Amino acid sequence: MAHAEAHAEGLHHPATGQHAAAGAQHHEVGQQHPLGIYFKIWGLLFVLSTASYLVDYFHFQGYLRWFLILTFMLLKAGLIVAVFMHMLWERLAMVYVILVPPLVLMVLLGIGAIEGGYTFFTRELFFGAPPAAPAGHSVPAGTPGPAS
Amino acid sequence: MNQSVPTSTVEAATLQPGLQGVVADWSSDQRAFKNVPWGKAMMWIFLLSDTFIFSSFLISYMTVRISTTAPWPNPSEVFALTIGGKDIPLILIAIMTFVLISSSGTMALAVNYGYRKNRVVTFWLLLATAALGATFVGMQAFEWTKLIVEEGVRPWGNPLGAAQFGASFFMITGFHGTHVSIGVIFLIIVAVKVLRGDLDRQKPGFLTGRKGNYEIVEIMGLYWHFVDLVWVFIFAVFYLW
Repeated sequence: MAHAEAHAEGLHHPATGQHAAAGAQHHEVGQQHPLGIYFKIWGLLFVLSTASYLVDYFHFQGYLRWFLILTFMLLKAGLIVAVFMHMLWERLAMVYVILVPPLVLMVLLGIGAIEGGYTFFTRELFFGAPPAAPAGHSVPAGTPGPAS
Repeated sequence: MNQSVPTSTVEAATLQPGLQGVVADWSSDQRAFKNVPWGKAMMWIFLLSDTFIFSSFLISYMTVRISTTAPWPNPSEVFALTIGGKDIPLILIAIMTFVLISSSGTMALAVNYGYRKNRVVTFWLLLATAALGATFVGMQAFEWTKLIVEEGVRPWGNPLGAAQFGASFFMITGFHGTHVSIGVIFLIIVAVKVLRGDLDRQKPGFLTGRKGNYEIVEIMGLYWHFVDLVWVFIFAVFYLW
């Protein structure tokens, strides 16, 4: 985070209008970083995307597949947010406001998983294990309610 | 205007790091988001709300996919393309992913060159970003056409298996594609503003009337990277599941 302070000094405040008069050295900087870091992240994103594509290409299955897919997904998301969106150099007050609230989605995720499993269980129970839906006949198994 | 200058200088010098900074920023006068253009903070808030929208879509998709007893179509096969007589699984989506990541790269460079006030390079980078975004939307249109016309997939059902596949697919990728399309339009608008020198001359915007500033390139960039970010999640949970 030493980096962050160095950059914080140079940032300007357009909302209050002082950037126009705040002096040249304050105005020039913004979120300014060496170009190299963008190219590195760009390359890394390509590598990670290729890796997640290869997971599918080589037909990895089960927990290994899930582990790899989610790992690559989170790494890519983290790189984009941290570097491309400059979250790495923002003040913690804003970082927390943006990154903490989405964590409550984990609750929704959990509820959805439990609910989905339960719905599947009851469908199996009451409608019996259906034979694979014949081609062109997709509606019954999917729709809840009076499907048979 | 001038009265706020000393405040900002003092403020910048007294900003505290770390967790103490969080407390200090939030308990401070007038603004909680220090050192951040107001428009940028608001774009982040908007993106936060958008995060919840897309998350709701993806979690609903997960729920219906878990709960269906009909077989789910294998995305790996559905989105395969025949190139040179060989079926390559999921290749269309892989190319779309690379296109979108590249657009994110050019966008990041555009923000950088914008702050250097290099108008011409910024313009071309923004235009490249828009072109890559348009390419992405074009490929998505191709994908949709293939699915609707050749495979007969509809939002209310599909001949390949679970009906929920069509519903989730069109809703999620449609919403994402709409975001990309809007992004392309705004990229072109920002690119034109940059090339005309509106941002150097601080020309007021036609809609907001606020002074032109290279921060709008970064704010545009936040939106665009977010679109790429959403695709990362869609790619993982919809296409690779």
